[in-house]
Amino acid sequence: MKVELRNPNRTLEFKGTMSVVALLNRLELNRESVLVIRDGTLVPGDAMLAHEDHIEIRSVISGGNS
Amino acid sequence: MKCRVCREPAVIDLRRHNANFCIEHFLRLCRDQVAKAIAEHDMFAPEDRILIAVSGGKDSLALWDILLDMGYQVDGLYIGLGIGEYSEQSVTYVEKFVESRDVNLRIIDLPTEYGYDIPSGSRAAKRTPCSACGLSKRHLFDQAATEGGYDVVVTGHNLDDEAAVLLGNTLRWQSDYLGRQKPVLPAGHGFPRKVKPLVRLGEREMAAYCVLTGIDYIVDECPKAVGNKHLGYKEVLNLLEAQSPGSKHDFYAGFLARAVDRFASAEDETIDDRPALRPCTACGAPCSSEVCAFCRLVERATQDVPVKLGPTAKKEPTSL
Repeated sequence: MKVELRNPNRTLEFKGTMSVVALLNRLELNRESVLVIRDGTLVPGDAMLAHEDHIEIRSVISGGNS
Repeated sequence: MKCRVCREPAVIDLRRHNANFCIEHFLRLCRDQVAKAIAEHDMFAPEDRILIAVSGGKDSLALWDILLDMGYQVDGLYIGLGIGEYSEQSVTYVEKFVESRDVNLRIIDLPTEYGYDIPSGSRAAKRTPCSACGLSKRHLFDQAATEGGYDVVVTGHNLDDEAAVLLGNTLRWQSDYLGRQKPVLPAGHGFPRKVKPLVRLGEREMAAYCVLTGIDYIVDECPKAVGNKHLGYKEVLNLLEAQSPGSKHDFYAGFLARAVDRFASAEDETIDDRPALRPCTACGAPCSSEVCAFCRLVERATQDVPVKLGPTAKKEPTSL
């Protein structure tokens, strides 16, 4: 599967199927800090991602502090 | 995963609620949480004229969408900060939203209307970019709300923002800031009422709201905010949240329920000791000195004088 990440923008490829939680663990990403998007909608933690899926992992953290 | 409400397939898991939701019931949860915050803190009434500060980011656009769906009259205000490509892109998301919802938007562009941008303003005023940005935004929001006759200014500060600010203020025991850290800042001394209806929702929920409703927003972080302390506090809090879901809510809600008034009373005592506010001689905004901080920033940022550098100290050779 192709996995797009930002800051910096990059695309990673993984073989086989795995759950959303397993993918995030593999990338050492905190579930509280990101959303996983497939085909324009969200996928929850236990969803299985297929080999042919195109996934975006989007950080949700933002903000300056005055 | 099944939706807790209808048992249909879920699209999001919210660990702090120990629940999963389908699209319909997640969106309802967001609206219910905003309605609860408005009622709980008596933020505004249905007939009030509301001015929302929008940035092109997920929080302010999602909040505007929710308030419009709830039937409130809400106009937008966007400040062009002059932060290169980031500002050029962010305004397009706001304009796209405005077009889709047919609502009123006022744009104030700092470079065009005030002759400076945040990078140059922060250098001239010797403030961090986030500090110069915050000062500029607060002043212009206040001014626009007063001039436009709005009853209240709403901002998209969410639970994560408030918990991170609370952590920063607590680490330094800044009692004056702690006393003011409430979801409602009442009107007074010439300042408009300001409220934060997203204090019951985290930023993951707001990003999810935008994805699920098709609201496009600027995803990339402001380049001037990258690496700041506020983002560091959020990262720390999310590590705690992952270990113990609900920690951020408990931290902030517990502060509001059991601690803020203790600091607020300390803050109230110091109000009388502060010099009386008077109109800024340049712009008329209430301030404690002759010229307000915003006008001083504009003056410094637009002066055509190079910054003077002092002599460089010679380094003494060091030995290990």
